[in-house]
Amino acid sequence: MIDVLPPALILLLGALLIGPTRGHLRTAVILAAPLLTLLAIWQVPDGVVLSLDFLQYRIEPLEGSAVRRLFATIFALMALTGGLYAFRQAKWYELAAAYAYAAGAIGVSFAGDLISLFLFWELMALFSTVVVWCGGTPAARAAGIRYAIMHLLGGVILKVGIEGVMIHTGSVELRPMLADNFDHWMILIGILINAAAPPVSAWLSDAYPESSPTGSVFLSAFTTKTAVLALILLFPGEPVLIGIGLFMVMYGIIYALLENDIRRILAFSIVNQVGFMVCAVGIGTEMAINGASAHAFAHIIYKALLFMSAGVVVYRTGRNKCTEVGGLFRTMPLTAVCGIIGALAISGFPLTSGFTTKTMISQAAVDQSLVVVYFLLAAASAGVFLHAGIKFPWFVFFQRDSGLRPKDAPWNMAVAMVFFSVLCILFGVAPQLLYAYLPYPVEYVPYTAGKVVFYLQLLLFSGLAFFLLLPLMRRTETISLDADWLWRVAGFRLAAGLQDLLAAAGARFAAAAAATGRALGARSRRLFGAETTDEGRREGVFARAWPIGTTALWIAVLLTAYVFFYYLD
Amino acid sequence: MSDRRETQSTPRDDAWLARPSTIRLLWRVFAVVLAVSVAAQAMFKVKGYFEVDGWFAFGAIYGFLSCLAMVLVAKGLGYLLKRPQDYYREADDD
Repeated sequence: MIDVLPPALILLLGALLIGPTRGHLRTAVILAAPLLTLLAIWQVPDGVVLSLDFLQYRIEPLEGSAVRRLFATIFALMALTGGLYAFRQAKWYELAAAYAYAAGAIGVSFAGDLISLFLFWELMALFSTVVVWCGGTPAARAAGIRYAIMHLLGGVILKVGIEGVMIHTGSVELRPMLADNFDHWMILIGILINAAAPPVSAWLSDAYPESSPTGSVFLSAFTTKTAVLALILLFPGEPVLIGIGLFMVMYGIIYALLENDIRRILAFSIVNQVGFMVCAVGIGTEMAINGASAHAFAHIIYKALLFMSAGVVVYRTGRNKCTEVGGLFRTMPLTAVCGIIGALAISGFPLTSGFTTKTMISQAAVDQSLVVVYFLLAAASAGVFLHAGIKFPWFVFFQRDSGLRPKDAPWNMAVAMVFFSVLCILFGVAPQLLYAYLPYPVEYVPYTAGKVVFYLQLLLFSGLAFFLLLPLMRRTETISLDADWLWRVAGFRLAAGLQDLLAAAGARFAAAAAATGRALGARSRRLFGAETTDEGRREGVFARAWPIGTTALWIAVLLTAYVFFYYLD
Repeated sequence: MSDRRETQSTPRDDAWLARPSTIRLLWRVFAVVLAVSVAAQAMFKVKGYFEVDGWFAFGAIYGFLSCLAMVLVAKGLGYLLKRPQDYYREADDD
C-alpha cells in the first residue's frame, strides 16, 4: 500500500529504542534514527502518499510538498545534531522524549489533514512537557505544569476549531483559509498559542530556561517552528498576522533587554525571531512565504547553536545568570566563538544565514509597499543585534571577569556546535543551497553592495549604541512581569479572594440555615408537637384531639366550597 | 556577589583581550570600521525603497536611534515590570 515509510514513524521508533538499548548500541540508535528519518523525508514525493478512512473522514497522515520537506528536514537535522550534542550528558529518557517530540514535529510537517495534524500536535505537547520536566528542579516541575496547561488549553482551542470545520464543511482537508469565522479563528488562536504569540508568549520564556542545558536545545527548535509551518499551510496572507508578528518582534527585544537569565534572553529572542516569520506569513506573497520558510530553517540552526553555547556554560559552571558569569572566553574559546557565530547569524550580519533569509522578509514588505512594516523590521534587526547579537556573548563571555575558569565544551558538544556554526556561515555565503529548496522559485539576490552597506551601518551603529548605553543596561538580579502574572498572581489572588468570599458567604448561609432550622423546629413542635408531654397529653396543634363537631363543620365548609367552584366553572 | 573583587585576577597576567590597552585599541578599530561603513555609502549607492532609507548615513542614524529608543523603553518598562528574582517563590514550592 505504501512505498514510503512515514518519516515520523522512524524517529518515533528510534525514540522507543533509546530506552531498552545500552552503551554503543544506544549511541548508534541516537545517531542513526535521525539520519534514516532524513533519508525517508527525501523519499516523500509531492502530493498525498498515504490515506485511510477514519469514521467518515479521509485521513492523510503523509502528504509531501517542498515546504513540508524543508521543515521536516531541518527538524530531523536538529534531532541529529541535538542528539550528538546531548547523548553523553543527557539522561536517556530526556533524549527519548526529545526524539518523540521531534517525531511529532515531523509528523505535523507531513500532516495532510486536520486530524493527523492535531494528533501529532498533541504528541509534541506531551513530550515537550517531559523534556521541560527533565530539568529536574522544583522550578522545572512547576514550569512544566504551567507549560502543559498552556499547551493543552491551546490544543483544546485548536480542536474546537477543527471540529467546527469538520461539521460545517464536512472535510478535514488542510487548505489555506482566512480568519473569517469562528472555526477558523479558533484554529488560528490554537496555532498562535504554540507560536508564543501575545498575550501568552510567557509560556516560552517561562519553561525553556528551566529545562536541562541539553533539553533547552531541543525545545528551542520544534514547537514554535511547527506553528509557523501550520500558519504557512493554513493562513498565508492573513493580515492580522502582520500586526501580531510585529508585536512579537518588539516584545522579544524589550524583554530580552530586561532579562538576566542567560537562556531566558535567548528564549525571548525566539519570540522575536518567530515574530519575523509570523509577520512574513501575514504578508503572504511568494517572496514572503519563501522568506518565512528560509528564516525558520536558518533560525533553528543559529538559535540551537546559541542554546548549545549557553548550555555548555550552564553545564560547566552550573550558573544561569548574567550577573554570575562573565569573562569565560579565557577558558572556553570554542564555546565563545561558536556563540558569537550564532549571535552574528541571528543578527543577520552579511555572510551569515540570518542575512540571506531575514532580508527576504524585508524585501517582501518592500514589494507590497508596506512602509511601516519595513521600517519596523529594520529597527527590529538593529534591536536583535542589541539584545542577542551583542548582549548574549558580551555578558557571558566578556564583560567583567567572574573568576570562573571552567573547561571548554566536551567533544560531542563541541562537534555539534562546530557543525551548526559551519551551517550558519555556509547558508550565508552560499544561500542558493537553501533557496533551491524553498516552496516558490527564488529570484531574490541577497548581496547587493547597497544592501550590504545599509545593513552594516544599521548593525554596527547598533553595536555602538550598545557600548555607549551599557550603563543603562546594568544587569540586575530581577525577573520581569509578563502577562502570565495575570494567572500566576492576579488569578491566584482572585481565586483566593473568591474562596474567602465563598467561605464567608458559606458561613453566613450556615448560620442562617441553623437559625431557620431552629425557627422551623420550634414551629413544627408547636404544630405537631412531641408525641406526648410529660403530663401524657398531646401538645402540637395538629396532634390535639379535636371535638367531632368541629371536624364535621370543616367538612361541610369544604364541600360547600367544592360545589360553589363546580358551578362557577 | 561581594567577592567579585577578590576573585578577579591581576591585570598583568590577564588575557590579552581584557587588558585596558587592548580595549583602547579595539575602540579605535571599531571607530574606523564605523567611519568606513558610512563612507562606503559614497561609493556604493544604497537603493532607497522609500526615499528616506537611501539618504546618506540613514542606516547608521536609524540603527543608533532605534536602539536608543528600545533601550530607553526597556528601561522605563523595567521600573514597572521588574521584580525580585524570588517573586513567584517557586523555590519554596517543594
